[in-house]
Amino acid sequence: MEFLDATLQILASTVRLAVPLICACLAGLWSERAGIVDIGLEGKMLGAAFAAAVAAISTGSAMLGLLAGIGVSILLSLVHGYAAIAQRGNQIVSGVAINMLAVGLTAVLGHAWYREGGRTPPVAQSQRFLPIDLPFADQVGAIPVLGGIYKQLLSGHNLLVWLAFLAVPLTWWVLQKTRFGLRLRAVGENPAAVDTAGISVARLRYEAVIICGVLCGLGGAYLSIAQGAGFLNNMTAGKGFIALAALIFAKWRPGPALAACLLFGFLDAMAIRLQGVALPGIGQAPVQFIQALPYVLTVVLLAGFIGRAVPPKASGVPYVKER
Amino acid sequence: MSTPVELPRWADVALAPLLTVVTAFAVSGLVVLAIGENPIEAMSLLFKGALGSKAGWGYTLYYTTSFIFTGLAVAIAFQAGLFNIGGEGQATLGGLGIVLFCFSFEWLPGFLLVPLGVLGAALAGAAWAFIPGYLQARRGSHVVITTIMFNFIAATLMVYLLVNVMGRPGSMAPETRNIADHAVAAPMNVFLGALGISFPRTPLNISFFLAILAAIAVWVLVWHTRLGYEIRVVGASPTAAVYAGISPARITMVTMAISGGLAGLLAVNEIMGLQHRLLLEFSAGAGFVGIAVALMGRAHPLGVVLAAFLFGVLYQGGAELSFDKPAITKDMIVVIQGFVILFAGALEFAFKRPLARLFRIREA
Repeated sequence: MEFLDATLQILASTVRLAVPLICACLAGLWSERAGIVDIGLEGKMLGAAFAAAVAAISTGSAMLGLLAGIGVSILLSLVHGYAAIAQRGNQIVSGVAINMLAVGLTAVLGHAWYREGGRTPPVAQSQRFLPIDLPFADQVGAIPVLGGIYKQLLSGHNLLVWLAFLAVPLTWWVLQKTRFGLRLRAVGENPAAVDTAGISVARLRYEAVIICGVLCGLGGAYLSIAQGAGFLNNMTAGKGFIALAALIFAKWRPGPALAACLLFGFLDAMAIRLQGVALPGIGQAPVQFIQALPYVLTVVLLAGFIGRAVPPKASGVPYVKER
Repeated sequence: MSTPVELPRWADVALAPLLTVVTAFAVSGLVVLAIGENPIEAMSLLFKGALGSKAGWGYTLYYTTSFIFTGLAVAIAFQAGLFNIGGEGQATLGGLGIVLFCFSFEWLPGFLLVPLGVLGAALAGAAWAFIPGYLQARRGSHVVITTIMFNFIAATLMVYLLVNVMGRPGSMAPETRNIADHAVAAPMNVFLGALGISFPRTPLNISFFLAILAAIAVWVLVWHTRLGYEIRVVGASPTAAVYAGISPARITMVTMAISGGLAGLLAVNEIMGLQHRLLLEFSAGAGFVGIAVALMGRAHPLGVVLAAFLFGVLYQGGAELSFDKPAITKDMIVVIQGFVILFAGALEFAFKRPLARLFRIREA
């Protein structure tokens, strides 16, 4: 029973830790499937986390916080889109710039507005997305095994968790089953063909980066006004890059992206759980190895030692209309 | 890139970078204005803090030294058409190389030990960058992604080593014991004092000369050697390089190693010059500043030195500014840096196309 309890706890915390990864990973998926490489996921989430906390505090509404987070994230996406699509600039450079601007601006504005060293004041309960208990969770929870799973793993998540998980099948459906999705994927593989068919490459790519912005906004808002209660300096702490790793790991597909994010979330949960724990035979748990694992696995995968990760063909390449 | 923008040479090397920097400052000024401070006043405080005193100059040039190393690292990779975002990780490994060499050869006299420390930094940084270079050249994974991943791997590796393996005996702090006194890169005040010039005690040390030497060496390498020519050919067109009998794979690996070696030298300034022991996150973002520096310096060593000096002024001046104006934190520098990268890098054509149009009108 104790083992089951511990397992459920780790799994529940896996879900919580995976949510921002899922959001950012799907965001990157939309952008890169349309041919725009985005290493600015981290910065967009950070900007959104800050905006969401500020808006939630000043308006008192979690929903407005979420909208503000999404708004700021879309704005940053459009900057990236403008540089990448209209100006045909280097997309990596643009991503680096957005990450830096987000770190700098959130710290400068946060300090100027609240004078707490860049943090925002705590967000009150009423201004956050609170856990939603599924019906009869307490009664069902008494049933062994299944009840525990229902109560601890499925129940008690906030709205944004459900939205993030819902975004996975939605992304799959739109990309694979709709005309818009087909065109969007085509624009990431062979933009010239899309252009020949009389469809605007630029417009499709802008749509993709806006969707990317919405998803990053969701992830950021989750950090500051759902899972957490307030904005902390650099609170994304590399999650945008882990999401990027997960995206490569998933070979740019929604279902595997969910699996990769859950795996990386699980590693994170294990690392937290094992902090300072002595393991039999090994001694102090090598937490750093677990933390480095997502990056190491991604490098190994990219190098083609286990399978092959091939990005969309036109990703990172600015489209120039032939004359 | 795909549509070359024709500009007179002076406009391309001087006017365009200047315009982007001025724009970056102007937009950052708006941010200062938005938080209720006077940007003009902030700017003058910043420059006074950086250049208004000998001590200010000392700090400014100390930052400059760091940024020259990381800027050169990014710049030489640019020359080969590679984007090395891994400066942070390579510098971190450089620090490891220094302490490994300095601890192992502690019995050597200073005039041998100091160069060995420098060598350790360069070798370790080069090795850490060579792996992504190899993986791109031979296994087809992209250096941008691998170097990002290697930054994180280096950071966790360092935590592991400093906490579990190399920590100072009898201390919980994640840092090593100090390197021997004769392994230290002499502070500038000591060096100048020996020449009879008085200079206040600042973090500035003789690594500054190493940075200038490195800039000259990169210039000679890229524009006056066969290898440099090959690097530039691969950067301009990998397919043309193949026809010319140059192996892009080999150049990719070699250039990444050189780039990593330069980034590793950052640790000479930080560890041998200032901290004297290995500790966590000593690179403090200098690897990323290098990207801004290389973009602004148009990947040319002279441009890199000038841009590194500008960022040195910003870092030192920004620190002073945040004392005088508590509302403006040091993070303002990161904002300016972000705008410089955005305007000089990602939006360069947005500046160049109107300029080119302007020049065409004048000629017509």
